[in-house]
Amino acid sequence: MADFDQELDASGLNCPLPILRAKKTLSGMDAGQILHIIATDPGSVKDFEAFSKQTGNELLESKEEGGKFHFLIKKT
Amino acid sequence: MDEKKLAIIATKGSLDWAYPPFILASTAAALGYETQIFFTFYGLQLLKKKLALEVTPLGNPGMPMPMGMDKWFPVLGMTLPGMQGMVTSMMKQKMKSKGVASIEELRELCIEAEVKLIACQMTVDLFDMDRAVFIDGIEYAGAAAFFEFAGDSDICLYI
Repeated sequence: MADFDQELDASGLNCPLPILRAKKTLSGMDAGQILHIIATDPGSVKDFEAFSKQTGNELLESKEEGGKFHFLIKKT
Repeated sequence: MDEKKLAIIATKGSLDWAYPPFILASTAAALGYETQIFFTFYGLQLLKKKLALEVTPLGNPGMPMPMGMDKWFPVLGMTLPGMQGMVTSMMKQKMKSKGVASIEELRELCIEAEVKLIACQMTVDLFDMDRAVFIDGIEYAGAAAFFEFAGDSDICLYI
């Protein structure tokens, strides 16, 4: 996994909490910084794709590892 | 690009039906939508300071019941005193165990995200409700005020 500036563990949280927490964390970050999100909600895979498309924050990586979902989002 | 707008009318006052308006509004706000929810009739229950929302399987054959209760404990059993409270607490436990947010939490997230919450003044009068029972920071308005926002909205939902 590439470098990141902040990490958000949304494990155990269900829709829409991972997205809401991510949005909140991103708003406290600077443009260009990267947020690493860990989630267990399978719905979050599609949701973070959609979040990225609609907010313009770039989804750099999305993968499943060890039963958890990992996302890297770059704040624009 | 102009900010997108979402207008929701929330008409129901049970625990299960409290979810769609708050989930959609908080998510839309996170996606950058300007969002308003207009609470009317039973929907006003969702604006009370102290939420006492319950859920009932009565009249709702689609509600999944634990341990096949709906099969061995048919409709009449559900009318017994205390049954609604029991089903409600089971539902809340289930939600907690699945990491689903409480309505209080989702409502707070909506307020934080500046979702505008509007109470239907007519319903407040109709049911002789005291404004003191509602959370602070909400507005009181009527149908025309709703249309002012809804008329310009990209998405309008009736829940």
